[in-house]
Amino acid sequence: MKKLALTLGVLALSATAALAQTVRMGTEGAYPPFNFINDKGQVDGFERELGDELCKRASLTCEWVTTDWDSIIPNLTAGNYDTIIAGMSITEERAKVISFTQNYTPPAASSYVALSKDADLKGVIAAQTGTIQAGHVAETGATLVEFATPDETIGAVRNGEADAVFADKDFLKPFVEESGGALMFVGEDVALGGGVGMGLRQSDTELRGKFDAAIGTMKADGTLNALIEKWFGPDSPKF
Amino acid sequence: MFEVCADPKSLEGAAWFACYLTSGTHLSMYWSVLTVLLLLALAAPAALGFGFGGAVMARSHVLPVALLGKGYIAMVRGVPDIVFFLFVPIAVDQGLEYLMHVTLCPDWTEPVRQGNDFVVCPQAKVPLSSAPKVAHDAYAFVLALLAFALVFGAFAANTLKGAMDAVPRAQVETAEAYGMSPAQAFRRVILPQMWVYALPGLSNLWMILIKATPLLFLLGIKDIVYWARELGSSKTQIYAYPHPDWRVWYFLALLCFYLLLTWGSEKVLGRLQMRLSVGQATASGEALRKAGAA
Repeated sequence: MKKLALTLGVLALSATAALAQTVRMGTEGAYPPFNFINDKGQVDGFERELGDELCKRASLTCEWVTTDWDSIIPNLTAGNYDTIIAGMSITEERAKVISFTQNYTPPAASSYVALSKDADLKGVIAAQTGTIQAGHVAETGATLVEFATPDETIGAVRNGEADAVFADKDFLKPFVEESGGALMFVGEDVALGGGVGMGLRQSDTELRGKFDAAIGTMKADGTLNALIEKWFGPDSPKF
Repeated sequence: MFEVCADPKSLEGAAWFACYLTSGTHLSMYWSVLTVLLLLALAAPAALGFGFGGAVMARSHVLPVALLGKGYIAMVRGVPDIVFFLFVPIAVDQGLEYLMHVTLCPDWTEPVRQGNDFVVCPQAKVPLSSAPKVAHDAYAFVLALLAFALVFGAFAANTLKGAMDAVPRAQVETAEAYGMSPAQAFRRVILPQMWVYALPGLSNLWMILIKATPLLFLLGIKDIVYWARELGSSKTQIYAYPHPDWRVWYFLALLCFYLLLTWGSEKVLGRLQMRLSVGQATASGEALRKAGAA
């Protein structure tokens, strides 16, 4: 009996010890190459590799959680996970609700992709709900059609529902390259947002400090640039 | 899964498909079929339990109990289902965490609500953030199950209450004349006979329940609808098995799955209705009697 009590006590202690360090990383898992579910069913992509490295540098145990883009911020503030690492651009509006680390990708270009060069960029434009691109389309005076997942925005252009899709260039690039000429970039690139950063609860300043510092060291020793080059190609902007 | 699948890009035709359909994500999709079936298997009896409780309470002669039962039925029936599906898991989760927080961390001085954030001490997290993924999934599933049971229970309660009232009053009076207490009369006369009246309504609910399972997806549980959308969407070369937009095929498979499930249910429920009608003073009971006499 005593032994049992002792074991339980040790178990409880180790549980408390492990408690503080398990950080749940929330991502969407549908935005390659930032984050996606690979064919083994695991979270993969630029942010997976980056996140694992950040956790290692900050000596944290991390676990990956996927969630819908629509509810990614409410689920963070409700405490279902501790960070958002999902290709989320740093914007003033979002910063009112959650806090961001420093950016881990430089402010990147967003682009239009359509089926023909003379597509009407003031016509019907597809974008994912709640993205900075959706906000931008609304401001240009074009008719905005929103979709829950990034993939559906591409589908809308392919089947003619929308004249063009507006999204991160890094996300669109593989689709254009592999479409065999069916999809093409149209118009000028637009620079939006302050780069992509990790989102945390505003009350979670300690954790934000840890990730901020880890991102800082990765920027300083060039590993972050190497990662960006690996996942987004040699032409993408670096630090 | 198979050795040959190690390098999917080199495969073609049937071998490619065999490997594609047995990839890790596809296996997850097949498992999610079980999730849906498990939800149905657990939600139906749970809803029936809530419904039975609600119906008995609504028929009670004790006013507060009756009001509670009637209030439950009226409230759930009057509010859009989706609101309950979103409300119940959040309310139960945060309520539970708050209770745990108050009991486990009495020394915690910071407020639970800080701006937009809901913050409890790490020990009060349900499940603990260090808990394995399975625990988190199971917890989300149980919350969803509770939401399903609550919502469908209210509808079942109304159906069951109607069925209880439909058992001819004369039979209950006869039972009482024999000296049975109201509880005995309920158990021996109403309970065995009410099901024939309840079944059409309950079978409706069962069908709606089957068709409502994709709401799991809304609650963040990876059910077959989630996987159909995820796997069907077009895949670039970054994936092991790139393919164009195949959602239409995946959704077609879903359509077959749900049709099969509802078609099978209809068969079973039809038989059950026949079984329950034997000897009842209803039209179908009378038809059975005539067929037997001929």
